Amino acid sequence: MLKMQCAKPIRKRLRKRNIKRSRVPLSKTSSVIFAPSADLTTEGKEEFAVLRGFHFKLDRAVMVPVQRHWILSTLSVELGKDRIGARGYALRDGMNAATYDVVIVGAGIVGAACADECARRGMRVAVVDREMVGSGATAAGMGHIVVMDDSEAQFALTRYSQQLWQALRRDLPEDVEYDQCGTIWVAADEEEMAEVRRKHDYYAQRGVPTLVVDSEALQRLEPNLRDGMAGGLLVAEDAVLYPPCAARFLMERAQELGAQLQLGAPVTQIGEGRVRLSDGVEIAGGMVVNAAGAWAPELTRGMEIKKRKGHLVITDRYPGFLRHQLVELGYLKSAHSVTSDSVAFNVQPRRTGQILIGSSRQYGAEHGEVDQAMLTRMLRRAQEYMPGLGQMSAVRTWTGFRAATPDKLPLIGPWPGDKSLFLATGHEGLGITTSLASARILVDQITGAKPEIPIEPYLPSRAVKEVAHA
Amino acid sequence: MMDKDSQQPFDVLVIGAGPAGMAAAVRAAERGGRVGIVDDNPNCGGQIWRGAEDDHGQEATAWSSRLRNADITKLFGMRVFHQPETGVLLAEGTDDVCELRYTNLVLATGARERFLPFPGWTLPNVMGAGGLQAMVKSGLPVRGKRVVVAGTGPLLLAVAAYLRKQGAEIPIICEQASWSSLARFGVGLLGRPGKITQGLQLKKELAEIPFAANSWPIGAHGGQVLESVTISRGGKTEVIACDFLACGFHLVPNVELQSLLGCQISGGFVQVDEFQQTSVQRVFCAGEPTGIGGVELALVEGQIAGLAAVGEKNAAQKLFGERRESHRFARMLDRAFRLRPELRSLPSAETIVCRCEDVPYSRLQEHRSWRAAKLHSRCGMGPCQGRVCGPATQFLFQWNPDSVRPPVFPARVGSLGRVVSGL
Ligand SMILES: Cc1cc2nc3c(=O)[nH]c(=O)nc-3n(C[C@H](O)[C@H](O)[C@H](O)COP(=O)(O)OP(=O)(O)OC[C@H]3O[C@@H](n4cnc5c(N)ncnc54)[C@H](O)[C@@H]3O)c2cc1C
Ligand SMILES: Cc1cc2nc3c(=O)[nH]c(=O)nc-3n(C[C@H](O)[C@H](O)[C@H](O)COP(=O)(O)OP(=O)(O)OC[C@H]3O[C@@H](n4cnc5c(N)ncnc54)[C@H](O)[C@@H]3O)c2cc1C
Repeated sequence: MLKMQCAKPIRKRLRKRNIKRSRVPLSKTSSVIFAPSADLTTEGKEEFAVLRGFHFKLDRAVMVPVQRHWILSTLSVELGKDRIGARGYALRDGMNAATYDVVIVGAGIVGAACADECARRGMRVAVVDREMVGSGATAAGMGHIVVMDDSEAQFALTRYSQQLWQALRRDLPEDVEYDQCGTIWVAADEEEMAEVRRKHDYYAQRGVPTLVVDSEALQRLEPNLRDGMAGGLLVAEDAVLYPPCAARFLMERAQELGAQLQLGAPVTQIGEGRVRLSDGVEIAGGMVVNAAGAWAPELTRGMEIKKRKGHLVITDRYPGFLRHQLVELGYLKSAHSVTSDSVAFNVQPRRTGQILIGSSRQYGAEHGEVDQAMLTRMLRRAQEYMPGLGQMSAVRTWTGFRAATPDKLPLIGPWPGDKSLFLATGHEGLGITTSLASARILVDQITGAKPEIPIEPYLPSRAVKEVAHA
Repeated sequence: MMDKDSQQPFDVLVIGAGPAGMAAAVRAAERGGRVGIVDDNPNCGGQIWRGAEDDHGQEATAWSSRLRNADITKLFGMRVFHQPETGVLLAEGTDDVCELRYTNLVLATGARERFLPFPGWTLPNVMGAGGLQAMVKSGLPVRGKRVVVAGTGPLLLAVAAYLRKQGAEIPIICEQASWSSLARFGVGLLGRPGKITQGLQLKKELAEIPFAANSWPIGAHGGQVLESVTISRGGKTEVIACDFLACGFHLVPNVELQSLLGCQISGGFVQVDEFQQTSVQRVFCAGEPTGIGGVELALVEGQIAGLAAVGEKNAAQKLFGERRESHRFARMLDRAFRLRPELRSLPSAETIVCRCEDVPYSRLQEHRSWRAAKLHSRCGMGPCQGRVCGPATQFLFQWNPDSVRPPVFPARVGSLGRVVSGL
């Protein structure tokens, strides 16, 4: 795909820039050594090679495996009036004779949102992912766009981001399935009703419209809830969407503005403005953003992120059975717990009429397999709240990993110790919601623009483990 | 209904009561094992001996009566959907769920038809060949109806003969394979007396039905329901008026349960050793999941698995020779009915590939893998869990199937979340 998109503009660019092209016979070789040439090492001259869309400096020899169908050309380039006499080798497959302002690692919803934001502010951006767009936690998440008030900072980020989603709403294609169905926080008893009122006041003070509903009203709004619930809080501006397509939409917008995307490319090392792929290729950017989700610590050591596993179950289509995203207020207890495994009643109506049933939280589980004990607890909890769910046909179960930080806030901003490295990870169970705001405040920091919300609570410097200083 | 839960494990639990599963259960039980057999149909027989009242010939009658007479716990109308813990399976019926414990397991889960999308294939009255046969068996009248039978594989002949017997008019059987590969298949059959008689019997029944090789459906047409089919026949196209199109492109094995249990699968088939044991200890597999080979191979593999599962290795070994012969037939089948590459261009941009989620061909072309297509287009996410579009896209795009997650078949939330005793 990359190849088809790039073939034409590149040919044009080659002509414009007076690049000499010579075909290097590749028939006998399967890898090519890129090395600096002795004759071009004077001041202001720079050696580079461009490979499948990525530019990298040639300050030492690198060996690169190449595919036969790539066309290898040697180049000498004159860029503008400052005549930088550079020389290098280019492969036509996605060539771009420019270095990047930002290289983003990870094409989950956070990486995609960052790419979109960078591109919209005129930066040259490249995104690399070892798999595909939206394949990590983004493929597993429920896609609940929800305002949360765990802390002032969590509220600020979720609310800001929710408003960004609302503003984007009209541009979202059909398959993003954006639906402002609202959330009802369900109170099982009077104690939880007190929490409903507190939450209502908190949201009201901050301009979020909510409605306290009593037992009867709740029954009318959601007739399939068990009888005898105390009531709930309706948060009407909360929404749901389908995360993988939302990530793809953001990425495509970025690509339309020139962002380069490379998929199937595992990154093995990042730092000092470079991203190294497993095949040895290095991509140079002014800045590197680690948006590798729960895997971010593998690339940047010393960041305090743990994997927190979650289970979900989806049913066949039952249109009308459920109207709002329903979450038990006990959810807060569950999400808050930082040690033990927990489950909570959390069900979502999909636009297809399907019902998505969550949620579970588990530390210390590294494998993606379904854990029957957790699944049982989660589904029991769901049936306690909605007995009718028991008769519904479950079509599939899956799991995903949240990137959890100790204080439950994401890491957005520069990484201490490497001026060129930024983080955008640690979004735990809210990364779909907060992706857009995270991208805004990250790029604000990269460009030096003034963020709309205070950024201090999210700065990675707060969450550095000892190793990083060592 | 009795409580089907058994705290005491079966020595041998057999999943699937087609020929392979019946043979496994019977041989294991006749050697004194505590045996259980599960099938989601109300009766034994599987695909080929479906319909308890019908006469399926001597062999079927013999196995059915052995199954009836042996001391075997029969759990029919129950579908296995999950293994919550090693040695425990969950099975669901229309209004119950049960927990089945086993020491040895024989998976004889059979095969299903492969469908390939072409313009119009989603019209009412375009059906799977085996599917239409099953519907006729359960009461759909076809007397006087015109039924085009098309696709590939020996099943087409069996279905055509059956429908004809039920009074349908078969204007043509379209077989995509070439004459030369069919001829090789036919010649190969000479070494197989059993197959010859079977073939001859069919031949008589098929006597006046026109048969075309090198031909396949390229479009089905009609307003509300099917009215006609366009076929490509030896390079030319032809329109044939009809009431039904019975269409199937050979079989794909049901390997989802095996995959969930962690059995090694290669090239779409479950890998087994000479005693039909999979890569998972004490889990055996017999019949179509190890290779599409027909009833005889299913029967002999089932017997070997059943005997081996109760430790009767010597008796099992005596059947190896018979199995080798049936394997030859399986390989011939595979070669003769291999899908031709032209079939990859059957769908047009708008042709629906995933029927559950209405995903057209054009939305799949942009993707590189089954997982990417699934995530971004919802292909394969519907209630059939990709059982139809999975094999189709595997052929169309060479995509590999995804990992299998429970439930293997859709199951009630209550059943999936069942508390398993001892967990
Ligand atoms: C069960 C569950 C339910 C959830 N529900 C919700 C919800 O309702 N609402 C909500 O807002 N959030 C929810 N979340 C959280 C949300 O899904 C995540 O916070 C969000 O998807 C994180 O996005 P991301 O881009 O940071 O990470 P990911 O989507 O995980 O993306 C990281 C990407 O980095 C790539 N990558 C990793 N390492 C490398 C490497 N070395 N080289 C190259 N690429 C690499 C991966 O392939 C991946 O594509 C839920 C999460 C789970 C698990
Ligand atoms: C639609 C169709 C029609 C066919 N018609 C003919 C024909 O007319 N003539 C002919 O010669 N051959 C026919 N065949 C081929 C025939 O099926 C095989 O040659 C032979 O029956 C294989 O036997 P088996 O025991 O391996 O599988 P099968 O006979 O397919 O038996 C497998 C059984 O396992 C059950 N099962 C699978 N998974 C589970 C589970 N998880 N829980 C509970 N039960 C389960 C299935 O419902 C089925 O009853 C047909 C095949 C198909 C798919």
